Amino acid sequence: MNARIAYIASNTFREAVRDRVLYNLIAFALLISGAAILVGQISIDIERLVVVNLGLTAVSLFGVVIAIFIGIGLVSKEIEKRTLYTVLSRPVRRWEFIIGKFFGLAGTLVVNTFFMAIGVFGALLYVTHRFSAPDALIFVALYFIILEFLIICSLALLFSSFSSPLLSAVFAFSLFVIGSFADDLRGFAGLTHGLTRWIATTAAYLVPNFSTLNVINAVAHQQPPSVQLVLQNTLYALFYTAMALSGAVLIFERRNLK
Amino acid sequence: MISPRTTIIAASCLAISMAASVLVQRHNDQLRPGAALDDVLYISSPTMVKRASLGFDGLMACIYWTRAVQYFGYRHHYRELSYNELAPLLEITTALDPHLLPAYQFGANFLAPKPPWGAGQPDRAIRLMNYGIAHNSDNWQLYYNLGFVYYTELKDYKKASEVFGRGAEVPNAHPFMRVLAAQMAQHAGEYETARRLWSFTYHSSRQTNIRENALEHLRSIQVDEDVTNLQDAVTRFGRRTGRLPASMSELAAAEHLPGIPVDPDGHPYIMSPEGRILVHSPGDFSFITKGTPPGYKPSAPKFHIKD
Repeated sequence: MNARIAYIASNTFREAVRDRVLYNLIAFALLISGAAILVGQISIDIERLVVVNLGLTAVSLFGVVIAIFIGIGLVSKEIEKRTLYTVLSRPVRRWEFIIGKFFGLAGTLVVNTFFMAIGVFGALLYVTHRFSAPDALIFVALYFIILEFLIICSLALLFSSFSSPLLSAVFAFSLFVIGSFADDLRGFAGLTHGLTRWIATTAAYLVPNFSTLNVINAVAHQQPPSVQLVLQNTLYALFYTAMALSGAVLIFERRNLK
Repeated sequence: MISPRTTIIAASCLAISMAASVLVQRHNDQLRPGAALDDVLYISSPTMVKRASLGFDGLMACIYWTRAVQYFGYRHHYRELSYNELAPLLEITTALDPHLLPAYQFGANFLAPKPPWGAGQPDRAIRLMNYGIAHNSDNWQLYYNLGFVYYTELKDYKKASEVFGRGAEVPNAHPFMRVLAAQMAQHAGEYETARRLWSFTYHSSRQTNIRENALEHLRSIQVDEDVTNLQDAVTRFGRRTGRLPASMSELAAAEHLPGIPVDPDGHPYIMSPEGRILVHSPGDFSFITKGTPPGYKPSAPKFHIKD
């Protein structure tokens, strides 16, 4: 990574911290500790299942909300505050600005996820009293959640590069919902014929497939995801992120900032 | 500048209004008993709930499972006579997470029995178990649950034997399954078989409702067996002496029993003037089929906690 990208990324991270984004960890800590205490009393036989499901779902949803609400403002806020002109008047290229912003936001989310993961493992230890080997599978689910964040960050940046924050939030959130139904979309496409089928299939493959990245329940049941799935999901997230970032760069490069 | 007076007034208003709203809410609950838990199912389609969970179906399943247990526990506690939402709640739970095994065990115990002990829907219990087996074919306990429904509720010994037999073939199945299959086929030693089934259910579950239900059945089986044995003793005594025993003491002495036999609560069994063996308090044994006076109607069910 070149120095300019790293500098923009670290500033984005610092800005997120200054904006008290990490305060969400307090809400998360309250949620997970409350759940851990309650779960033993109301969820007999499935204590571990509830803690893992609730913890990882919360990690995922908190991260998605942060990714969308920070991501959509990354470009537009800089334009609004006119700080973008200061940045671009220096020897910084527009694509470097976009990529730097992406890494800054992704870094924020990774740090956030790290602290939330500590909370999940803490709650798990409280409920089960000791860790067992299958608990390591939670790391796989967390890794997939981070891959999901990368895709959402890139999409939020893509929309932020040409749209207002409000519309970007609507687009990004809609894609998150649609992406959760990706498998169903493919199923629907398979039911159609001719041109409709072609269009539906293309649309189904264009939206991000978040369902493939969701292994929370399998991990809660101690079912290990295959190595092939880990590899393919990694490649899928990297390609999809690259695709969305490329789109963001293409649009932002041509955007008239006057 | 923040005025301390304003802070005190605002904080007092906050505390008072919060306490008042809780108080009013509690009064509302008393006006509409059960309102909070009566209409628990806003969406009854498992597919719809699965779609609405946005992929987080594991967590949603845990929530629905907790709701199912609370629904049953609440209605059972207040002696309600119907559990109409229990089957849909369990079906949604298992559609969201087909591997949530406690839900199947709960269904086997409380979907099939007649009200007030359950929903009185053995067909849906069987459907739930078959769904569970289809998604967890390597789990012998689901076969146990299915056979349990056939045996305890439908008295279909042939089917129960067949299901226990299928379960015995599952790798790592409990050896008890093969024994059960054989016992069902012979339809022999009914008290012993029932006792073993309910004991297994009691020991294999950590769910309070299931354990209490199993314990109540075990207590009633004990009473039924005791009454049967004592009634046989009365018959033997009559054959031997040509009259009925004058008292339980005389019967106990004739049978060389160490004392007057007592029920699981420690109350001695009673003998009516017609030589009929009766339980001291039949209302304390919800599932007894013997030892009750003529015309006896069972009272509202209650569970006993094991000490």
